[in-house]
Order: sequence, then structure tokens, then C-alpha cells
Amino acid sequence: MSTYCFVVSVMPKEGILDPQGRAVETSLPHLGVDNVHGVRVGRRVELSVDAATEAEARAVVERLAGELFANPLIEAWTVG
Amino acid sequence: MKVGVVVFPGSNCDRDALHVVRLAGAEAVSLWHEDPDTQGADLVILPGGFAYGDHLRAGVLARFSPVMQAVKAHAAAGGLVMGICNGFQVMAEAGLVPGALLRNASLRFEHGWVRLSVERRDTPFTAAIPEGRTLRMPIAHGEGNYFLPDADLDALEASRGVLFRYAAPDGNPNGSARDIAGVIAPNGRVCGLMPHPERAAEAILGSDDGMLLFRSIVESVGATTAAAGGAR
Repeated sequence: MSTYCFVVSVMPKEGILDPQGRAVETSLPHLGVDNVHGVRVGRRVELSVDAATEAEARAVVERLAGELFANPLIEAWTVG
Repeated sequence: MKVGVVVFPGSNCDRDALHVVRLAGAEAVSLWHEDPDTQGADLVILPGGFAYGDHLRAGVLARFSPVMQAVKAHAAAGGLVMGICNGFQVMAEAGLVPGALLRNASLRFEHGWVRLSVERRDTPFTAAIPEGRTLRMPIAHGEGNYFLPDADLDALEASRGVLFRYAAPDGNPNGSARDIAGVIAPNGRVCGLMPHPERAAEAILGSDDGMLLFRSIVESVGATTAAAGGAR
């Protein structure tokens, strides 16, 4: 049994309202910044899995990503 | 008729729901989130609040609680389920009704009165609502912006899955696609809505339109029971 560490990145899907990104972008002028756009804010989940193989550990993470960390209707995710 | 109101950690409209259901003439019990049991309820209500603190996404952690496994089984067997506000978010995350509730388009927590049009009256939730009558109810939510991809919205409308829409004069408070305020599952037994009928069920609170939903349910279940020979 080994411990495997993963990072799951969850982002709002293209075209889906990203209120946090919009709020951040709207406030940039207050920092004197006017050349930044396309701000999008997602979620990063770090986790460790005890499993016999990396493939087994990754399968658990993939399941959690699709069922829990992200809502596939509105969010996309990558496992790294 | 028996109604079970689920209590998640963070639910805050469960007492209101119990109170209103009793006013409508039904027996009402609380269903604890750790008990995988709907206690023989004809209708299960998922109440408003902030289940499991709304962490990660509103509704998602509640989806995996023991009671929800019983609620899913209840729904699969044709039982009645109504999700109000946060309860609607839990139902959407659990796949009991289609769609997702995004942050309000305003990026603000929206609260106030809205007006609803009733899109169907052939359901247990709306049967007692007079033809042409719109409903006045309050909303109070940060994530009520109903979303489905366009093609899925077309399918939802074609299958008569829209139960309530935000209507004039107050209009759409949160950016919901096609003004959708409430939806009903294809079997017509499971509905979710963002506005709070349980907070608008007595005239002293500014509106008793919400009582029409609870009266509809009590009458529908009563009629079904009578048709079945009054077994209970």
C-alpha cells in the first residue's frame, strides 16, 4: 500500500457564469490595473489516497472529481 | 396524510415547513439527516437553509447524507418530494430534478417578494391553484440562477418540466434561464422551487398563496387514498 497525492482543478465551463472571476475583474481598476482580462476563478482540491497502485488511486480521485468536487453540468475538471 | 421534513445540519426553514404542513391538515414529522428512513411519509420536504454549510457547492454534500438515500428510494417508488430553495439545490445536485442552480446573475444574495406564474395545474403540487392565479412568495438565496444547456431547456419545456416561472411585475430576480423558478420531474411527483411557499402561507405574513401548494398536496394525497379504499 502506498500513498498517492493528487491535485484536482475544477473550473466553470466555458460560457457558464463565473461570478468570482467577474467580481475580481470588476475590481481591478481599484488596483490601478487596466490591462488584465479573462479572469476566471476555479477550485483546487489536494488529496492523498492510500492504494496498491497509482491506477487504483487515480480511479478513486476521478470518481470523486465527477461526483463531488465538480458538477459536470457546469464545471470541468482535470486530475494532476 | 404524513409529511416528513428533512433536517440537515444548516437547515433553517424546517420548522416553518412543519408548521405550515400541520396548518394544511397533515401529520408532520422531522427526518434526521443521519437516519436513512422516510418514516412512511407520503411527501418528503427538503427545506431551505444552508445544508452542510453550502460548502463546496450548495446542496452537494447533503446529497450524500444517509437520509438522501432513503429520499431517492422514496422518489423512485413514486413518492412525493418537494425541495424548497436549498432543498431544490440539494435535489438538483442529487439528480432528482434536472438542472443546476448557479450564483445569481447580480452576484448578490437576493431577497424579496416575487410573483410566480403556474405553468401546470395537473400536478399534486398545483391542482388546487385556481386557473389564471399567480402566486406571491418571497425568495432569499445567493444561488438560484437556474441553468441547463439550451437543448436541454427545450427538452425540459417539451416534456412540461417547468412548473413555475418568475412573472411580472417583479420579474426574474436571479437570471434564471427562461424565468424558471420551479421544475417538476418527468413522473410528476418530484418538484423543486427557489421561492418559499412555507413563508407565505398565512395572511399575516403578507401572503397566503403558498398555502395553495400545501393544500394541493393534501387534497391530492387524500383523493388517492380515498380512491384506494381509504386504506390509511
